[in-house]
This record gives sequence, C-alpha cells and structure tokens, in this order.
Amino acid sequence: MGKNLFQKVWDAHSVQVLPNGQTQVFIGLHLIHEVTSPQAFGMMRDLGLKVAHPERTFATVDHIVPTDTRLRPYRDSLAEGMIVALEQACKEFGIRFYDVSSGHQGIVHVIGPELGLTQPGMTIACGDSHTSTHGAFGAIAFGIGTTQVRDVLATQTLSLGPLKVRKIEVSGKLAPGVYAKDVILDVIRRLGVNGGTGYAYEYAGDAIAALGMEERMTLCNMSIEGGARVGYVNPDDTTFAYLKGREHAPKGEAWDKAVAYWRSLASDPDAAYDDVVKIDAAEIAPTVTWGINPGQAISVKERVPRAEDAASEAERASIKEALDYMQLEAGAPIEGVPVNVAFIGSCTNGRLSDFREVANFLRGKKVASGVRALAVPGSMSVARAAEAEGLDAVFREAGFEWRQPGCSMCLAMNPDKLIGRELCASSSNRNFKGRQGSPTGRTVLMSPVMVAAAAVSGRIADAREVFGISRSS
Amino acid sequence: MALAKISSVTGRAVYVPGDDIDTDRIIPARFMKCVTFDGLGAYLFNDVRRTEDGASKNHPIDDPRYQGASILISNNNFGCGSSREHAPQALAKHGFKAVIAESFAEIFFGNSTTLGMPCVSLGHDAILKLARAVEQDPTLEVTIDLESQAVRAGSLSLPFTMKSSAREALVSGQWDPIGQLLDGKGKTEKLAAQLPYLHF
Ligand code: SF4
Repeated sequence: MGKNLFQKVWDAHSVQVLPNGQTQVFIGLHLIHEVTSPQAFGMMRDLGLKVAHPERTFATVDHIVPTDTRLRPYRDSLAEGMIVALEQACKEFGIRFYDVSSGHQGIVHVIGPELGLTQPGMTIACGDSHTSTHGAFGAIAFGIGTTQVRDVLATQTLSLGPLKVRKIEVSGKLAPGVYAKDVILDVIRRLGVNGGTGYAYEYAGDAIAALGMEERMTLCNMSIEGGARVGYVNPDDTTFAYLKGREHAPKGEAWDKAVAYWRSLASDPDAAYDDVVKIDAAEIAPTVTWGINPGQAISVKERVPRAEDAASEAERASIKEALDYMQLEAGAPIEGVPVNVAFIGSCTNGRLSDFREVANFLRGKKVASGVRALAVPGSMSVARAAEAEGLDAVFREAGFEWRQPGCSMCLAMNPDKLIGRELCASSSNRNFKGRQGSPTGRTVLMSPVMVAAAAVSGRIADAREVFGISRSS
Repeated sequence: MALAKISSVTGRAVYVPGDDIDTDRIIPARFMKCVTFDGLGAYLFNDVRRTEDGASKNHPIDDPRYQGASILISNNNFGCGSSREHAPQALAKHGFKAVIAESFAEIFFGNSTTLGMPCVSLGHDAILKLARAVEQDPTLEVTIDLESQAVRAGSLSLPFTMKSSAREALVSGQWDPIGQLLDGKGKTEKLAAQLPYLHF
C-alpha cells in the first residue's frame, strides 16, 4: 500500500515522540503577522528564549494596516502600537520583515506563495487559521495559536497529533461561471462546518488538476471553514511552473533536484485514505451563503431554507437564528436580495487572477447606485501587476474603490467596516455574526465574479446572467 | 519547566447555549488590537453581551446569579473559526478555568489545552441535564474530574470524553510542551540536517 502526501511529509518532519504522547514535528516555514505574534515574542522574553532558526521565519503586516493611506504613524494608535511591536521584535530576534517599504507587504497567505517561500513538501505554520492556503502547493500547512508561535520561534518545532486524511475527489469539468470558491462552498455545505475535524483534506480529481495555483489556494484556504485544519493538492507541473523563478524558489541545478523531490511527494496511486468523498464538478453551481456560518450555503438559484423543513431540533434552531440575524425571508429566493457593500479581496480571493477574471466582465459596467464597492489587492505585488495591466482603471471606472493591500473588510480590524445592518456581498471566507466590523453587519460569501454581479445589480444575482456567461461553452 | 498537574477543576458554572459559537463571537476582532492578552477578559462575548451603546443584553455571563462562575457550558462545535488564541485567553482572563461542551473546534481545543484550560465533551442530553441543574441552583458546585473522566454536580455524575493525549498532558503537568520541545534540540537539528529542501 502506498502513502499519501500527508503521511510522507509528516514522516519526513517527525523528530520524535514526546513524553506527552504527541509528535515533535519540524516546521519548515514559519510566517508571522502583527496580530498574533507580538504576544509570542513577549512570552519568549519572559522565558529568556532565543529564536532557534530566525532564517526560517518571515514577517509581514496585513490584518490592521489601513488600505486608504500608508502614512505613519497610523491614525489608530493601537494599530500603530502593534506594528511597532512587530518591527521591534523582528529587529531584536533577527527576522526578515516584508513590511511596506520592502515592496512585498501583503496578506501573509498571499505573499508566502508569491515570494516562492511556500514550496511542496514543507511543513508550514502561522498564527492564522487560513494557513491551510499554502496546502495548494502540496505543503502541510496549519494555523496555530500564539503559544505555539512561541514554540516554533523557540524550537522550530511543534507538538502535534497526526491527522486522518480524507480524499475529496472532484471529477469532470466545472461549468462556465463556476470557480474554486463555489467548489469549496459546496464541499463545506455537503460535509458541514465541523465535518473535517481531525482530518486533512486532500483535493484530487481532474477538476482540481485543471485549476490554476491561485484557484487551488482559494480551495485550500477555506478547508478550515469545513473544520479541517489542513487542506492540500498534490504538486504537479502547474505547481512547478508557478514557482519557477520566484525569489525564494531554488535556482539552476537546485531547481531540478527540487522538482524531482517534490514530484516524489505526491500521493502514491495506491495510497490509503481514511475516507473518500466523490463530487461531480458538473453539479456545482455558483454558490452563496445565506446564514452565519460558511456551511449555510445554497446555489444562487435556490431558495433560503425554512426552519420547518429542518431535519432536527438543533438545525431548526440554527436556521432560525441565522435567518433572524440575516433578516432573510424563509423560503424566498436568495437572488434579488439587496446588497449595500461589495468587497473583493482577502486571502481567499484577492489575487491577480481574481481581479483579472472580474475585470473581464466589469469593463463597461457600473456599480449600482447606493452600493459601496471595494477592491483590495492581497499584496503589493498583486497591486503592481494589476495596475500594470490597467485593471485598477477598470475597477475605478466601474465605480469600485481601488485600495492598498491588506486584509481590510475580511475581518475589519482596520477602518474598512460595515455600518449597522449593511449587507455585504463578499469574496472573503467568513460570514460569522459581526465578522465585517459591525456587530449587526451581514455577510454573504461568494466568488469574486458573483460579487461583481451583485455590485452592478445592486442585489444578489446570477453572474452568468448578469455578464452573459454562456452555460454551454 | 515544572507545570501544575491539573487533575480536576471545581467551580460554579454558567450555561451559554448555542451551536457553532465562533471565535469572532467569543472575542470580536476589533478587541484584538493589543500586544498582550491581559485586558481581553472585559471583551469576552462583547457583541452578544452589550449593545453598541454599551447597554446590557442580559447575556448569561452577566446574569448576577452566575457571577464568579469558572466553568462554561455550551453546545456543539464551540470555538470554531479562527486560530486566535485571544479566544481561550479571553475566557481565561475573564476567570474561566474549563469549558464543557458537546464538541469543540480543533484549534480552539488545542489552544485551550496548552493554556491549561481543559475542554471536555458531554453528549447533548448530558449537557442539558447539567445546564438544567445549574440553572436551578446557580451556586451548585461543578467538578470536572480529569482522573475519573466525569463531570460531577450534586447528584449528577456524567462521564465525559476528551482526547486522551490532551487529558494525560493536563493530569501529568505536561500541557505546555515548550520544555519537552526544547529538550529535543539535538534530535531536531539532526533531522534538519537531513531534510532535503533545507539543502537544495
Ligand atoms: S484576509 Fe481575512 S482570513 Fe485572510 S488572513 Fe486576513 S483576516 Fe485572515
């Protein structure tokens, strides 16, 4: 029986079984940002510890940086304080900091791959649950808490228990207008928001193999929303083509060695899995959430569920709670629900291909009056590349604000926030109560092209109809 | 590093009903602008406890009957969402020492264990029984006995489940792994020397 990628990577990084029964696992790449790391450096100082491998940790700022101006000090003194704390810690402990002046600042899960730091077969950790994103390269990447950030800093290892592996095989071809975002929303809808507890998700099948790297990142990014700490795609030629020539990718002879090694890590054809789920790509439609967790999703053509139709008491209660919060009518179509804000960005869908795809459809269209529309590139590199192609102009002419890179309205720790009960069509990953900065604000998750359709229609709409995306082509 | 052995937690409890209580609910992101965790307790569950003007929404943890409670009772998938350790830290700084729920999100569970805050699981009916007992008598003393793996309160004795490695780590005083990880330095460096991608 062969091994799957998770097992191969786990074995290659297992240092020893610890007295506490868990495995000490070496971490190949550690990424840090301003919100979950300053406290870890505080713990290091308290314990008098040194960073074991400063060369394997990289820092950036993303969560709280303003996206309208880059003038320091930032107006928000608490935000300024956190960034200063990270700057000082990086200096003190000798850690490379991709700050704004480096020209590479951006959301940590966007810059890791684009700098070539993220590579197949690595173990990657970051104090952020969407670290699963990096699994798109065939890495085992997971989000950790701040005390674990301390552990990685001090020892370059973590104390972990193994995961089971569930293969999610998506076969066939995605229909036009259907994206990786729809695939992952569909997976979470099927398997539930805690269906992945204890599992790593391996995404496989020809529909996944056909995805570009940025779409694979979207897919792996939201594994955590399905309860899986880790999601990954086996590395292949698409992966290698993306990495070639990037700043931290191996060069010359080393490149050939690396590719051979990476190839050997892909799951064996006869690998064993703890579970297998099969999905027909053709069945996936543009998907939107209607509730307050990412599993509460339907196709844009469906109706919002009714509490009466729930299978259990608990489900009835959760539908009721969600509908009350979202102020949606049970049993009514989701299409046509008015939106106040449109947000394209985040580590889920804030990459160049996202802005390119939207721009294709947005040319010559206008954001509906009364809708506030924000386009926030995931990194300075994404912004530069998009601007070089004139995409910023397409967005601006359509009526979007084109902002500086950061997490922005994904979690609204910076000034970009919903106001009151505003409803936001959002390309981000979480629709929890209050997630976008207003305790009563409402979030409807969808693909960037669907967000654009909502922005120009002023309501939730089927992008295939709004933009004339042919269903047969 | 010598850590306390946590073999039981005893205290009064409060029931906060609901499935999928996520980390944004436990501690809204806007309160995470801090370089230490010290002040987080005040903002625990902020948006479900207070209106935007600061008026009380009568959340159970503000109910005078449950003041001083150190054990939180809830339902399914508690702590889902982000990896922010701010969530268990906010609970701990507010004074909670343990959580009893039907199930927990994985990262939250791990973060809590590492802080020495046990998270134990009871079935749906057992949670309701315990919640009812606490609501009938808010002064009821609840004990989570990690040795015998049961939650006891008055006449109730409810066997709980918990990942065995986490339970053992707590009772043996090994819940913070840093000492063990540091001890593995020699082996860690040996593995690093052999890891192909560090030497391309
Ligand atoms: S974009 Fe959103 S989900 Fe991604 S790292 Fe930033 S806050 Fe987290």
